[in-house]
Amino acid sequence: MISVLKSGFYDSIQDFGRFGFQKYGVPYSGVMDQYAASVANVLLGNDINCAVMEMTMTGPILQFNFDTNICVSGADMSPELNGTFIKINECISVSSGDVLSFGALKFGFRCYLAVFGGFKTEIVLRSQSMYKGITDPFVIKKNDVLFFSDAQRLLSKKNASLKVDQSYFNSKYIEVFEGPEFNRLTKLQQNLLFSKSFRISKDNSRMAYQLESYVENDLKPILTSAVLPGTVQLTPSGKLIILMRDCQTTGGYPRILQLKASAINVLAQKFTGQTVCFKCL
Amino acid sequence: MVEFKPVYKPFGERAILVEWPEGIDVVILKDITSFIQKIENNNIESLVEMKHGYNSLLIIYDVFIKDFAKEIQCIDKIYRSKEIIINTETVSWKIPVCYDANFGVDLDLISKEKKLTKEQIIRLHSESVYTVYFIGFLPGFLYLGGLSEKLWLPRKSTPRLQVEKGAVAIGGGQTGVYPNESPGGWNIIGNSPIDFFDVNKKIPCFAKAGDTIVFYPISLQEYKKIKILVDAKVFQLESEVVND
Repeated sequence: MISVLKSGFYDSIQDFGRFGFQKYGVPYSGVMDQYAASVANVLLGNDINCAVMEMTMTGPILQFNFDTNICVSGADMSPELNGTFIKINECISVSSGDVLSFGALKFGFRCYLAVFGGFKTEIVLRSQSMYKGITDPFVIKKNDVLFFSDAQRLLSKKNASLKVDQSYFNSKYIEVFEGPEFNRLTKLQQNLLFSKSFRISKDNSRMAYQLESYVENDLKPILTSAVLPGTVQLTPSGKLIILMRDCQTTGGYPRILQLKASAINVLAQKFTGQTVCFKCL
Repeated sequence: MVEFKPVYKPFGERAILVEWPEGIDVVILKDITSFIQKIENNNIESLVEMKHGYNSLLIIYDVFIKDFAKEIQCIDKIYRSKEIIINTETVSWKIPVCYDANFGVDLDLISKEKKLTKEQIIRLHSESVYTVYFIGFLPGFLYLGGLSEKLWLPRKSTPRLQVEKGAVAIGGGQTGVYPNESPGGWNIIGNSPIDFFDVNKKIPCFAKAGDTIVFYPISLQEYKKIKILVDAKVFQLESEVVND
């Protein structure tokens, strides 16, 4: 097991999400950056959707009481094992008593910790992804104890190698498709969307990223209809809201764009004040 | 039966949005739910799930759709098939609501705005039969149609940061029950002690699209009694099966 000596800014356990319950109003949830989480699992020889710990901006301090292998991926939060820096995107052996901590955020925003065999937390509605109102707890706190697979690791450290693509951390381009209400925009508004860059506002979370620049419009609201992670909504005041993994299942604002699946991973690594540009596919 | 010509649109890489004419109408609802059943009967392997709104249905696949035109054609063929859907059993649910001033924090405001007494508001709200159109917004939040026009009232310009679990409220031409504590902009007229969402159940919501709901007023004492039974998971909701 792992003891949480100190929690980070926002840590939770996530797998690839809760599927099949959208019709009851249950959000998908799941890891914000699916690519980074998959990398960590693959390097350990896990299933790619094994539950991992998602850390946001700052990491926790964790103590292991079991010998296992771990992998840290995604954002670089300067991870240290017993005070010595460890590499990200590499399988690392830990021994009982070892302490994993995190320091300065070097790039990205969300970092993933995978353990051999995956975290073993409660499965609710077929998923371990934490979400308020569905799982209890919904966030990792100090003094929590987390269990993981007690399977003996059977591998040497060199079992897997993978060329990890980190170029998306520097990309400001968010690839999108036209959304169902895109054609209600004027040509001018459409051009504006693809020529302007947009700053990410402080209102960004697992639920949605709001952008700072406005797109003036007189679009009418729609009759409540389906939305998905990656749906870009335009409010009457002109605000753009990009829905993320914990988003509601339905909404009433016009859906002007839809992010490409991989673009959600790109955005998940961005934070307040950074700028993004939409690139239409 | 009315034949619609649904419009199909790609929605991202792995979903197709189907749209009916704009409107809140049980005829459209029936068309959507029978379409869903036809699709389910076809057991499309790559299909993950479907969710619908008043006049729309989203069909979500677990793989990227390579050829949208082809997939849309395939789905539309299912829509046009003359397969008869047998399972049209719907349920009518009786939901207790306490309209006591402790809960109905916006009753005074509505009374003033609508020039109705509180008793009139309660009567208007509890004598209608509401149709469940779909579940969305929050886990277990039922979108209901059928609110008396005399009670239509715009949402608050600034939403409350915290609306209590069970709050029964009016937003525009809609009424609903907050299944859990959440922020919300609707006008609150009462509270229901019933759980609308239970994660421990295989099907976490008792109501489904097409079911109907009637609210009946209860006193504060009755509310407390029912709440104890609900918390102990022994309360039996009154319901009857409606066949059409």
